[in-house]
Amino acid sequence: MAETTSALPGARFDGAVLIEEAGLRGMITLKGDLAATRLHSAATGVAGVDFPGQGEANCVGEHGLCWMAPDELLILVPYARAAEDSAAIATALAGTHHLVTNVSDARVIFTAAGPAAREVLAKLTPADLHPDSFRPGQFRRTRLAQAPAAYWMRDAETFEIIAFRSMAAYVFDLLVGAANPAAPVGRY
Amino acid sequence: MLILRCPYCGIDADETELTPGGEAHITRAGPGSSDAEFEAYLFLRENPKGVHFERWRHSYGCGKWFHAARCTATNEVFGTYSAQVTAPPKELCQKISGKRPGWLSRWLS
Ligand SMILES: [Zn+2]
Repeated sequence: MAETTSALPGARFDGAVLIEEAGLRGMITLKGDLAATRLHSAATGVAGVDFPGQGEANCVGEHGLCWMAPDELLILVPYARAAEDSAAIATALAGTHHLVTNVSDARVIFTAAGPAAREVLAKLTPADLHPDSFRPGQFRRTRLAQAPAAYWMRDAETFEIIAFRSMAAYVFDLLVGAANPAAPVGRY
Repeated sequence: MLILRCPYCGIDADETELTPGGEAHITRAGPGSSDAEFEAYLFLRENPKGVHFERWRHSYGCGKWFHAARCTATNEVFGTYSAQVTAPPKELCQKISGKRPGWLSRWLS
């Protein structure tokens, strides 16, 4: 079987912040009734983290649960687990109204790390990234320039950013431009 | 710049994260309607200076449609509400009346 690679293996830029392509990550889209007990246990059983509230992400290492919409969850798992975990969720929710899809290969994931990470992201997204408005634990679907994206903060200085794989090069170039060390803003 | 709070996410979404869907609370002219009624349903829209009700989609977010009430002259946002209604919530209309006494909308008549 052919070896799977991420969109931009090893892509890295050390500027105002460190931009890196994070490699392959398992991502499972789960749609259904987020209030249902069975869905809760299926999702937390696979991810091993607490179920997130509205607009939240609970991520530990390569595992996580991200609140995408009132009826949609993004489940993060190690890449090698994605197919098996998707099947496990489908089995656990059999007979209930739901949809589960392994979308790992449709996505790319970047990290932006450093004290200026908020600034760099704020150049690209219309969302409010003031520390009072966006903190670790929150999850935001929005856009980076013209690309749909979602991000959360792993810690106070590190963003993890998800985008469509087909836009990986565009999003990486955006991040590199925003992280140009000659263009600091000093807002946050 | 317009900022609308998506009633499904609770997110204050920027205008550029949203897709406009035009005038809200339009009733489709069904089978048996006259050509004039169908034409009105398809093409005739309010263009008020003042209170207006619109559909918006949180397209760069949760993807859901919702409703918003705003003033077209000042861009003051009176509120946003669920898409699963055929008229604005009463509380919202009362709030608007407090701010724009005597406001009118065609679906109220
Ligand atoms: Zn939304």
